[in-house]
Amino acid sequence: MAKKKKSSKKSSSKKEKIRAKKVSSAPKEEIKRELKISAIGEGTVIDHIPTDATFKVAEILDLENHQGVVSIATNLQSKRIGKKGIIKVGGKSLTQAEVNKIAIVAPDATVNIIKNYDVKEKIKVKTPEVIDNVVKCSNPVCITNNEQIATKFYVVRKDPLKIKCHYCERSMGKEDIEII
Amino acid sequence: MDFKGKDIISINDFSKEELLHILKVSRQMEQKPKSNLLKGRILAALFFEPSTRTRLSFTSAMEQLSGTVIGFSTANVTSIQKGESLWDTIKITEQYADAIVIRHPLEGSARLAAEAASVPVINGGDGANQHPTQTILDLYTIQKIKGRLDGLHIGFVGDLKYGRTVHSLVAALSHFNPVFYFIAPDELQIPESYLDELFQKKIKYFKTSDLARFSKEIDVLYVTRIQKERFPDPLEYEKFKGIYTIDVQFLQNVKKELKIMHALPRVSEIDKSVDKTEHAVYFEQAANGIPTRKALLALVLGKAK
Repeated sequence: MAKKKKSSKKSSSKKEKIRAKKVSSAPKEEIKRELKISAIGEGTVIDHIPTDATFKVAEILDLENHQGVVSIATNLQSKRIGKKGIIKVGGKSLTQAEVNKIAIVAPDATVNIIKNYDVKEKIKVKTPEVIDNVVKCSNPVCITNNEQIATKFYVVRKDPLKIKCHYCERSMGKEDIEII
Repeated sequence: MDFKGKDIISINDFSKEELLHILKVSRQMEQKPKSNLLKGRILAALFFEPSTRTRLSFTSAMEQLSGTVIGFSTANVTSIQKGESLWDTIKITEQYADAIVIRHPLEGSARLAAEAASVPVINGGDGANQHPTQTILDLYTIQKIKGRLDGLHIGFVGDLKYGRTVHSLVAALSHFNPVFYFIAPDELQIPESYLDELFQKKIKYFKTSDLARFSKEIDVLYVTRIQKERFPDPLEYEKFKGIYTIDVQFLQNVKKELKIMHALPRVSEIDKSVDKTEHAVYFEQAANGIPTRKALLALVLGKAK
C-alpha cells in the first residue's frame, strides 16, 4: 500500500535513481500504485526499511510535523529484505543523531541524499556499538526511568538486535525498544 | 594489581585475575583481623533500603581497620524526601567521605553514583541487579571450603529467576570451568539470557525441578530463599513457598563432601537440623563478609596491593 501526501513538485522522476518502479518486482497493478509516489527535488529518501519499522522511522524523524513533502510507502517487494518500506522527505537532511536512531530499528536501511532530483550520496546506516540517549530502558525500576540522566546501551548482538542497559544491565530485544 | 580509586559496581566488570587477587587480599585480611590500615579514613554508608548483614559487616570491616563510618540506613531521613536527586546526594556526600557504599532499590543506581562521585563507590545492592560484595564473599567461601574454584559442580536451588546472588555467582564462577545444576520449578528457573551466555562460553549445565536428581553429583549447593517481595501476585508466592526443603533426610543421598551455602536470611528452605552437620557452611559464609569487605575497602582506598 502506498500513502501519498500532497506534493509540491510535479512528478518528474527521470533523474531520480530511487524510482518506485525500480524498487519493485511487484505485479503491474502494484507498480501503478507505487508510481503515485512523487519524486523529490531536494531532501532524503530512506530505503530498505523493514516493513514493520516504516512508521517507526517516520516517528523517529517526527514527520507528522514536517512541513515539506512526505511520502511513505510500505509492504513493497524487495529482493534484499523481502518486504520493505520507503520514506521520501522533501527539504530535509538527516542529522547524524537521526541516522543513528534509524539504524536501531532499520539496520539495513540506506539513506539517499537527493539534490536537484539526483542521488548525491548514499549512506548505508550502521548499527553503532554504543547507543547514547536514543532508547528508553524497558525496565521500570532502572535508574534512567527515575532520574534525569541520559540512557546508554551496548549492542550485544546486531541481528536480531539485542542491547544491554549500561545502568541496570537488563537486556532488551528489538520488540522492547522504545525510542526516546 | 592496583585497585586504588576503582569502583566496585558489577561482578561483570572484573576479570578472573582481578577476582583471584581480591580473594588473595581477603585471606591476608583474615590472617590479620585488626590493624590501623584505614586510620583517618571515612566511609559513607548510604543505605536507601533496609539491610542487616551488608551494612553491619561494612561498618565492622571499616572499624576493624581503624576507619570511621558515617551515613544513614533509611531514605526517610535524607534530602531524598525533599526531592533531591541521587546525583546531587552523591555530589554532596563525596565531600564528606573517602569512599561510599550504597544500597538503593533502583537498578543501575550504583553505576550512576560511581559516575557522579570522584571517590570510589562500592555497590551494596542495587535492586534486583547486582550485589558484587556478596558474590565475592561467596567465591571466597567456596575457595576456602573446597580449596579451589576450578572444575567444581555447583547446584543452585530455589528462586533462580529473581535471585540476584545466583545470577552474579553464575557469572563469576563462569571463569572457573564449572558444571552448573539449576534446580527450580519452570516458573522460577534461571532466565534464558544467562543460559545463552553459558552456551556461548561452552559451560556445561543441567536444568531440573527435581532436587534429588543430581544430588550425588554436586560439590556445593547454593540454596536461595523464595523472595515474597518479588512476586507481583501473593497467590503465586503461596504456590512456591516451601517447595524445596533441605533436611537431614535429603543429606543421606549426597556426596560426603557436599557443602550447603545460603546468602541468608532463610525461611524454611534449610531445616535447622542441617545446621549441626558438616555440610552447613552458611554461617561461616556470612562471617566471610568481613575479610572480603575489608579487602575491598583497603584495595579501593589504595592501602592494599
